[in-house]
Amino acid sequence: MTEEVDFLGQDSDGGSEEVVLTPAELIERLEQAWMNEKFAPELLESKPEIVECVMEQLEHMEENLRRAKREDLKVSIHQMEMERIRYVLSSYLRCRLMKIEKFFPHVLEKEKTRPEGEPSSLSPEELAFAREFMANTESYLKNVALKHMPPNLQKVDLFRAVPKPDLDSYVFLRVRERQENILVEPDTDEQR
Amino acid sequence: MFCEKAMELIRELHRAPEGQLPAFNEDGLRQVLEEMKALYEQNQSDVNEAKSGGRSDLIPTIKFRHCSLLRNRRCTVAYLYDRLLRIRALRWEYGSVLPNALRFHMAAEEMEWFNNYKRSLATYMRSLGGDEGLDITQDMKPPKSLYIEAGCSGAISAQPATSTSQVHLNCNLHLPGSSDSPASASQVAGITGPVSKRLWRI
Repeated sequence: MTEEVDFLGQDSDGGSEEVVLTPAELIERLEQAWMNEKFAPELLESKPEIVECVMEQLEHMEENLRRAKREDLKVSIHQMEMERIRYVLSSYLRCRLMKIEKFFPHVLEKEKTRPEGEPSSLSPEELAFAREFMANTESYLKNVALKHMPPNLQKVDLFRAVPKPDLDSYVFLRVRERQENILVEPDTDEQR
Repeated sequence: MFCEKAMELIRELHRAPEGQLPAFNEDGLRQVLEEMKALYEQNQSDVNEAKSGGRSDLIPTIKFRHCSLLRNRRCTVAYLYDRLLRIRALRWEYGSVLPNALRFHMAAEEMEWFNNYKRSLATYMRSLGGDEGLDITQDMKPPKSLYIEAGCSGAISAQPATSTSQVHLNCNLHLPGSSDSPASASQVAGITGPVSKRLWRI
């Protein structure tokens, strides 16, 4: 991220916590969330504040570019930067959507049985999408095949039929800070 | 043998390469449903006989037919679900409007599922902030790198080029965006004069 571009409202806040981030830190967080999401077999906690802030930054950048003079090189470089950020954000959201579609009954069940204080793994929009996907698929299967089947076979339990994410699959992790006295138990999986 | 038709549906999809959508096998599906109906009716009458007439020797056959029914259902749902996954992939590959050839391969209900999916996805993308949201079906590949390879089109000077040498590019430089092909970068740069072929940091 270059300092030459003027950011309006430079610091982005992290929702209720009022964490003040520089744009560079925001992008680093986005990339971290993106990598974690790609490598984890199941859907991770949703980060709506990061998505929102990055979208805001992209909008600011676009506005600044429109106001800037036609200096080819600078404009091109900033445009490339924007495309990169947009790619990372799109890839992150696509990865999440793919997991939601792949494990939709489990994702919805987990959301239903989530305890009060625990953060959700779905943003409200993702939840709506998951519900619509489930309703769409269920009604399709019913109309095309299930309603023509014998009465005792018309209910298909999608929760049992659709496979769960494989939580025993291997993940790569990297230590970010030096830690002492780590105990790696055989049955805990650490994803960060 | 029972469930042959259902297995045939599965094999048909298995044979089709990834990403391809064969025509919807309406006939095949109908035959599977008919077989299921016949099995169920036979089982109904046998169950009645077993109960009233004490014919416990019918029980193994009843169980066998029930297993066949479950298998038929499983194969049918697997066939339909796999097709849905392929149709879903079409949205991401072709966009909202599918080529006619593919549409002819889809059943009416599949088309309806596709339209609902499209709508759901559009609503989600619009909600992603800003006025129009973010179209995440674009930007499928990472953008090109900032470095481009510059090719020699003029004479190479006798002096060895050092890494700190200044190069004057007297041209209009157009940096490739994500949509440009790599081949066009060197043409577009139109670098003339003595340069050496190396990666330039622009």
